[in-house]
Amino acid sequence: MYKIITKREIAPNIISLEVAAPLIAKRVKPGQFIILLVDERGERIPVTIADYNRENGLIRIVFQVVGKTTAQLYQMNEGDQLFSLVGPLGNPSEIDNYGTVVTVGGGTGIASVYPITRELKEAGNRVISIIGAKTRDLIIMEDEMKKASTELLVTTDDGSYARKGFVTEILDEVLQKEKDVKKVWAIGPAPMMKAACEVAKPYGVETIVSLNAIMVDGTGMCGSCRVTVNGETKFVCVDGPEFNGHLVDWPEFMNRLARYEKMEKHSLEAYRKACRGENG
Amino acid sequence: MAELIPTPERMKRSQRPMPEQDPKKRVCNFDEVPLGYTTEDAIYEAQRCLQCNPPPCVEGCPAEIHIPQFILKIVEEDFASAYLEILKTNSLPTMCGRVCPQEEQCQRACVYNKMGRPISIGRLEQFVSDWARKQNTKEKLPDSKKKGKLVAVVGSGPAGLTCAADLAKMGYNVTIFEALHKTGGVLTYGIPEFRLPKKIVEYEVDKIKDFGVKIVTDFVVGLTKGVDELAGEFDAIFLANGAGAPQFMHIPGENLNDVYSANEFLTRSNLMKAYKFPEFDTPIKVGKKVAVIGGGNVAMDAARTALRLGAKEVHVVYRRTKEEAPARAEEIAHAEEEGIMFDFLTLPVRTLGDEKGNVTGMECIKMRLGKPDQSGRRKPLPIEGSNFVMQVDMVICAIGTTANPIVARSATNVQTNKRGYFTVDEKTRATSREGIFAGGDITRGSATVISAIGDGKKAARAIDRYLSSGGSLKKSKK
Repeated sequence: MYKIITKREIAPNIISLEVAAPLIAKRVKPGQFIILLVDERGERIPVTIADYNRENGLIRIVFQVVGKTTAQLYQMNEGDQLFSLVGPLGNPSEIDNYGTVVTVGGGTGIASVYPITRELKEAGNRVISIIGAKTRDLIIMEDEMKKASTELLVTTDDGSYARKGFVTEILDEVLQKEKDVKKVWAIGPAPMMKAACEVAKPYGVETIVSLNAIMVDGTGMCGSCRVTVNGETKFVCVDGPEFNGHLVDWPEFMNRLARYEKMEKHSLEAYRKACRGENG
Repeated sequence: MAELIPTPERMKRSQRPMPEQDPKKRVCNFDEVPLGYTTEDAIYEAQRCLQCNPPPCVEGCPAEIHIPQFILKIVEEDFASAYLEILKTNSLPTMCGRVCPQEEQCQRACVYNKMGRPISIGRLEQFVSDWARKQNTKEKLPDSKKKGKLVAVVGSGPAGLTCAADLAKMGYNVTIFEALHKTGGVLTYGIPEFRLPKKIVEYEVDKIKDFGVKIVTDFVVGLTKGVDELAGEFDAIFLANGAGAPQFMHIPGENLNDVYSANEFLTRSNLMKAYKFPEFDTPIKVGKKVAVIGGGNVAMDAARTALRLGAKEVHVVYRRTKEEAPARAEEIAHAEEEGIMFDFLTLPVRTLGDEKGNVTGMECIKMRLGKPDQSGRRKPLPIEGSNFVMQVDMVICAIGTTANPIVARSATNVQTNKRGYFTVDEKTRATSREGIFAGGDITRGSATVISAIGDGKKAARAIDRYLSSGGSLKKSKK
């Protein structure tokens, strides 16, 4: 069992948890993820690790309530135990001293891009970060990102805070201004990652994305997470989760993300209904 | 008490059939298909045994079970002793009785086999072990001296469980590391409930825990900790992490939404209990008309699971004929009884889909058999111009697995062959690195539960010899 040590709602419906997982905290590197199960009947869901503390053995995950499992997690409190937690899974980000790099985080993707940004800066890079969300309330981890990067640019889709516009528009501006960007990391919802790749392509800048595929075991055993990259089938869990986004077959990836949409919706609605029943 | 009957009378008797759930009923549930022998069935069948000396059947059993001895105890209606006789060498009898290919093992060696009616050793083993499970008998371990040595076992499938149980019985301190949240490996995620009920797997695992074996779940060796790190903490290691990675056909359309690997389909259903969705949270899709590619036991399991999940029509598509199919005859027969259709001499060449990624069909080509290939089976050859489209809306690929490299990558100087399987000494299961042993599918590719059990036994013996002669990984070099 894995105890929830701290729980904070950092934005409406976006939760940050710190969980005691000393073995994972000891080995994890930026870019890796965990798979968790809320209870015995739960679904195994992958979540990127947002932060870790090797000394106190805690890992941090950040998620938005989108389905039944995240709705259940939302209901859990400090001191509660997760039924299962396994990791660190997947390959770490390729951190090196590249020179100037750009990291882009959209929505809860900000949490995923945060440890990568921090590590890139520590490795000596000049890191320009762009974070964005639909609206002011949904901008998360701004202070942390500010510290982690050389320069931080913030945007909201509706203009309620900082710049108005999509992160991809800012990315375009940055790539226009900065002539020597060596690499871009873009993490967020699939359409955002796809758009970021399209923006960066004319500049000839390699764009790394982190794919949030549907998984079961997360160790290469089931192939649920497969994706076509450069014409070859890859497993996100063991070959990724990061890939060169210019080579990803995005329409296929997005189709596969929607495989269980109806059932996921049904699950969440049934859960919500049951919760209301219990409360009223 | 029943007793042995005169030999001529014994020889006249035919095999007692296994009572089974009616095919029409069983396709609507996930309950076990064979119902198990009654006491009367078991005694009748046991009385047929000629009690050969030396017994050829034992030669055919990788678990080295004292077969005539346990059968004699059944005749004597001393089921407790029959059970103890089996347990002397096999720690997983309720499973072996159900999923071993006995017709290839002990029963093939039975002297009655020439007449086509070997003793139903598997059914008798199942009867005895189920009897013991219902009595909730706890086996008393012989008082073995604690050896004070630590052994790590990677993987809680049949090889790992057997090795751990045997070593624990010898007095070693054993820890099993399991990547998933549940124990049992392929017994849990791969073999469906209707062939191996999960409560039976849990019962066997609990029994092994009672021997003092510690099981750590949610621990991916290679990621949570590497083999090299474990080598600094344990005196010996047994690698039994399974074959792992599913193979695909590498044909166009293979990543369409409703193309599953058998591993994914079965893991969702068996491990995650998706067949009970929404009571359990993991979803699973099943089409109206499903094609399962492959001719092995896993293909049969996937096909029969799809039927139980509500598919209207399920086709097994295999490029050779029934004779070459690697599945057990019994599994093919069960599938046929349930209404699974077989498309032999058929090879898929392309999966067709719409723009949303839904499967709309599968293009296949007809095959014919040519001369025997390296496997000794006649090679399937495509018949030019025979392409046709099967109208299916879901495809399950059950064409085998390859080695998952996660464990091997973290193990310095443990050699693998070009297919990624650990290379081992056949008799001792020793790898190229002192103190590290390996067995099960990660040394041979997808095989059977019983061969994994055999490997576990051999490795336990070799590990005992290694540690008894003063060996220890902690002291040895990489």
